[in-house]
Amino acid sequence: MAFALTPEREQQVDDILTRYPERRAALLPVLWLCQRQNGWIGPEVVEYVAERLELSTAIIKGVVTFYTMFFDEPVGENVVWVCRTLSCDLRGGKAIQDHLEKKLGCTAGHTSPDGKFTLLKAECLAACGQAPMVQINDYYYENLNVAQLDRIIDAHAAQGGEAAAAEFSTCATFGTPRGSGGGSVTSAPPPPSREAVRLASQPPPASDEKGEGS
Amino acid sequence: MSRALEPLLTSRYGIEESWKLANAERAGAYEVARQALTTRKPEELREQVKKANIRGRGGAGFPAGVKWGFLNRQEGEQIYLVINADESEPGTFKDRSIMDLDPHRLVEGAIISCFAIDAHVAYIYVRGELAFSVARLEQAIADARQAGYLGERPFGIDHAIDVYVHSGAGAYICGEETALLNSLEGRRGEPRLKPPFPAVKGAFGMPTIVNNVETIASVPDIVQMGGDAWSALGQLPGDGGVRIYGVSGHVKNPGLFEAPVGITMRELIDDYAGGMLGDRPLKAVIPGGSSTPVLDPRRKVDAPNEDHPLHKWHGQSEIDVPMGVDTYRALGTMLGTCCAIVMDDTVNMVEACRNLMRFYKHESCGQCTPCREGTGWLVDVLDNLCNGRGKPDDVDLLVNISNNMMGNTICAFADGTAMPMLGMVQKFREEFMDAAIHGLPDGVRHDDSVRSMVEGGV
Repeated sequence: MAFALTPEREQQVDDILTRYPERRAALLPVLWLCQRQNGWIGPEVVEYVAERLELSTAIIKGVVTFYTMFFDEPVGENVVWVCRTLSCDLRGGKAIQDHLEKKLGCTAGHTSPDGKFTLLKAECLAACGQAPMVQINDYYYENLNVAQLDRIIDAHAAQGGEAAAAEFSTCATFGTPRGSGGGSVTSAPPPPSREAVRLASQPPPASDEKGEGS
Repeated sequence: MSRALEPLLTSRYGIEESWKLANAERAGAYEVARQALTTRKPEELREQVKKANIRGRGGAGFPAGVKWGFLNRQEGEQIYLVINADESEPGTFKDRSIMDLDPHRLVEGAIISCFAIDAHVAYIYVRGELAFSVARLEQAIADARQAGYLGERPFGIDHAIDVYVHSGAGAYICGEETALLNSLEGRRGEPRLKPPFPAVKGAFGMPTIVNNVETIASVPDIVQMGGDAWSALGQLPGDGGVRIYGVSGHVKNPGLFEAPVGITMRELIDDYAGGMLGDRPLKAVIPGGSSTPVLDPRRKVDAPNEDHPLHKWHGQSEIDVPMGVDTYRALGTMLGTCCAIVMDDTVNMVEACRNLMRFYKHESCGQCTPCREGTGWLVDVLDNLCNGRGKPDDVDLLVNISNNMMGNTICAFADGTAMPMLGMVQKFREEFMDAAIHGLPDGVRHDDSVRSMVEGGV
């Protein structure tokens, strides 16, 4: 069956096209819209995008296969990325992966038997100060231990990704418990929010006065 | 010089719902942009950025004011500003905080910068994983446009400015500026040959300035204070201002800290990040993202000659040298993004090195043979060492492969892999030799210091 974007998303494509002097530049944003609707980028999606942006399917496949976040095969309802680069590994990234593999019943690179979770190893997700962490779908979950991770995974299984994100996901907040993400055009908007970054914009008292250097 | 530190870049982080326009404006957002666009000339603004001595915050440390000076528009060309928010260098997590907590500072910086370099469009290229940051930025842009700060006549002046967010889709290499431009144009993120440099031929074939998020977010403060005053906040010559430092790994308080340019690594770890986790000894620290060669606190600066830029620190530990672009280069490493990865004495350096080399193998774009093959070979050799199948020659093989990657590729990725690899072998050679002869001790891993916390937490 041929793939088509919803009318609302079609309108978003029109809007995206106004942002660039060349039509091709809309390729990544449009692929994102398609993947958010379809879950992955299969041959029908490639055909659709080729027609919509007047590009060859080879160009689109070349782009899809270059980027790790575009899926060229179906994935589970939720995609769990566990960060295993050094900063996370220093703080227990392997323990987090081991636990997920046991809990989900699949090794990294595979989908759980119930189809609810695809578990993938990720390279650095830029949340190193809040390690260990995972990304699930569009959201970050940071400063993890296995008990918290269990709650997060259980919430995804029971209530779905958005409800779980509203309760547990983290962003770089400072002191404020919840925030609203606001509307968005190219990406899933909704809001996570818990304090993730322990940010000391004011240095600790000991270093209030810097005396060395000159 | 002694002074109390008032946060600048992060001054609005603590405000409730700091990302909302009304709250940010109450704390001063857009005042500088209004003043700059309505009362000052673009060349004046460029002059201030030049005087500020701001070294690019994305890792290479190139002076931003000088970069802006490379623009030389030909007839019929339009200039683009591209803001690099593809923060992916392992260990680095500072730009996300600006986008999440004070997106209006970035938008304001983009407005002033567009005006200063005569651009009408800015693209913010955000790594695909940061969907939440994208949402915050898009909301901030929409609100700023609604308020009349963006669009056809920002602040009522005749200089249209639009800012768009462009989301990547998972590729470290897209942080390299020409790969980023390819990705922006809807292509595979493969770096381009330079020259031509982006300032001559960048996005859509037009002259383009590519700057890091933190660099652009610093522009409002630079314009407000004046370049000289802002530069003087730093403690090193030719390397001005304040910046956001990050610390991850085995410290008591990992996180982000704003401080002047020129604090030392020891201060960053002990005074800002609370010291070592469990008060264990510091074994090694990767100073500014995984591509910057490792520092070993046991090693002393060797600069007996008075002309040496580090002579002042002769005989002191490597981690007592002020953190600056030039001082760290003289030390044989790089300042990079100023986000340090701290490792205590439980870490096996061969295993830590293997972790990072796997990263590079995964992220090599594959265009150039020395990089595509070299990163894979490094991992294969390290796998052999770690699995007890190594031989003493393998340590030199790591050096040999690295030397054959350096300088032989289109972009700096291969150098960014080879340099830390060489640094590891140079500074921890005994550990590599030991692994080559005996393999790794059973069950070695990086998280012994914290595993009980992770597995036993509630």
